[in-house]
Amino acid sequence: MTMRTRRKDRHSWRKLESALVSGLTFCSAIIVIAPLALVFFHVVKSGIGAVNLDFFTKLPKPVGTPGGGMANAIVGTLELLALASVIGIPVGVLGGVYLAEYGTARVNWVLRFIADVLNGVPSIIWGVVVYGLVVLRFKSFSAYAGGLALGLIMVPLILRTTEEVILLVPASYREAALALGIARWKTIAHIVVKTASRGIITGILLALARVGGETAPLLFTAFGNRFWNHDLREPIAALPLQIFTYAISPYDDWHRQAWAGALILVTGVFCVNVLVRIFTRVRAMPV
Amino acid sequence: MLTQVMPQPQVVEDRDRAAIPPSDAEAESLPMAVQAKNVSMWYGAKRAVDNVTMDIPAKAVTAIIGPSGCGKSTFIRALNRMHELVPHTRVEGTVLLNGENLYSSDVDPAIVRRRVGMVFQKSNPFPTMSIGENVIVGLRLNGVRDRKFLNEHLEKSLRMAALWDEVKDDLHKSGTSLSGGQQQRLCIARALAVEPEVILMDEPCSALDPIATAKIEELIQDLKKHYTIVIVTHNMQQAGRVSDFTAFLYMGRLIEFGATTKIFTNPGQKQTEDYITGRFG
Repeated sequence: MTMRTRRKDRHSWRKLESALVSGLTFCSAIIVIAPLALVFFHVVKSGIGAVNLDFFTKLPKPVGTPGGGMANAIVGTLELLALASVIGIPVGVLGGVYLAEYGTARVNWVLRFIADVLNGVPSIIWGVVVYGLVVLRFKSFSAYAGGLALGLIMVPLILRTTEEVILLVPASYREAALALGIARWKTIAHIVVKTASRGIITGILLALARVGGETAPLLFTAFGNRFWNHDLREPIAALPLQIFTYAISPYDDWHRQAWAGALILVTGVFCVNVLVRIFTRVRAMPV
Repeated sequence: MLTQVMPQPQVVEDRDRAAIPPSDAEAESLPMAVQAKNVSMWYGAKRAVDNVTMDIPAKAVTAIIGPSGCGKSTFIRALNRMHELVPHTRVEGTVLLNGENLYSSDVDPAIVRRRVGMVFQKSNPFPTMSIGENVIVGLRLNGVRDRKFLNEHLEKSLRMAALWDEVKDDLHKSGTSLSGGQQQRLCIARALAVEPEVILMDEPCSALDPIATAKIEELIQDLKKHYTIVIVTHNMQQAGRVSDFTAFLYMGRLIEFGATTKIFTNPGQKQTEDYITGRFG
């Protein structure tokens, strides 16, 4: 009899425990999602009013004049991302291939460690480094400097994802190719990298989404520009920079435009993430 | 050089091999495609193959049998230098392919593998390529550009692998869309396309159902008219069905080598008999 009741007690206690833990995890999930929802909601609410055709097609107006847009900043961000890709993608992908396919265990350990440290370096440090290396030397802020700063941030990100997806390619494909007498580098380029290409592209897109929103490394490299950039050796506008400048200004009209810029930026990053989802979903299906 | 076909060498008589029973008249009379001489292999400090000497006759099927871990898969990898992909492996001894040493310092392992092809336990068509691309990839990545030549070899290889009729209308489809048995025949076609002289098969049917297995076995009988085939198998009935010669490996050593009929009916060694009658392994 006592045995029975005790077992029943333990049972209800266990049920309570289970409810408590699932309640806690549910709350944590809400805490994670809530800020995202709030930020997105607030950005849409405050920004949507200033998003119009002018915003995408016009240059900023002088202080006090209402209207104008951020066309130069939108194009500037795309130009900076293109410049960053020129550095970040080849170095990152080739480095990842080296880590996964060549390299001795010891060298790889060191490289991986360095890449992980670099991934943790605050982005403003990259701005300072490029400022010292490029801006001071050429005595000018420039699109090149901004692109270089963003590209350097991309390198370790792409390198690590590339390495990981290449290591996921089954060894049997390498074996099969090498058993056909195909040279090692051709096996890597045409079989291994091709098999991993979706994962590599996913890594590149995520890296682009990440640096597309970076402000700090651009503050003293790309610097910002209220006009069109006609020469990549000159300062260039970027969406995050423009948002930063407008947000800390004392003008209501600029605040509205800053919100609109934030909305465009968030939407862009969101779109890239959706693209990534599509890529990874296709990947999960039998190819 | 290994790129040109050398004349068939004299059959070398070296009867000083300890474990091998004296002569097997049939084997001696055939030309030898692959001659392994005192081959020993190590994974790190572990010796996986111990002083194996074996002459593999040309245009015949040689089965290598033995219990798990006896070194059979390791040994055939020495025949096309595939073991070199695994770090810390080491080979001693020589392997002659039509009389040429595969381990000479001037021999490119990629050329060796073009002449000694391989089919693996698990079929592994390249997932990013169509059926057609899978077959000709070996030629294409070895520098063949001529479209006509590639198409000819595509059809020829698929016909030889007894797969042409099943896939001729689906050449653009993904290689992984085929059934397991078809995938394995696709891998055989892929290996045939580079025109090897020897084909190594590492338990090619172990992941297949009996019907698919029967097709591959039938295919092996056709292929031996043109190729030297070495097949590793766990399945003794399969060895009995498909092979002309059988080698029994145990603990890395060659216990017995001879005509399959002899090995299975009148083995010269007690260990072979025990294994074949199912007393261990």
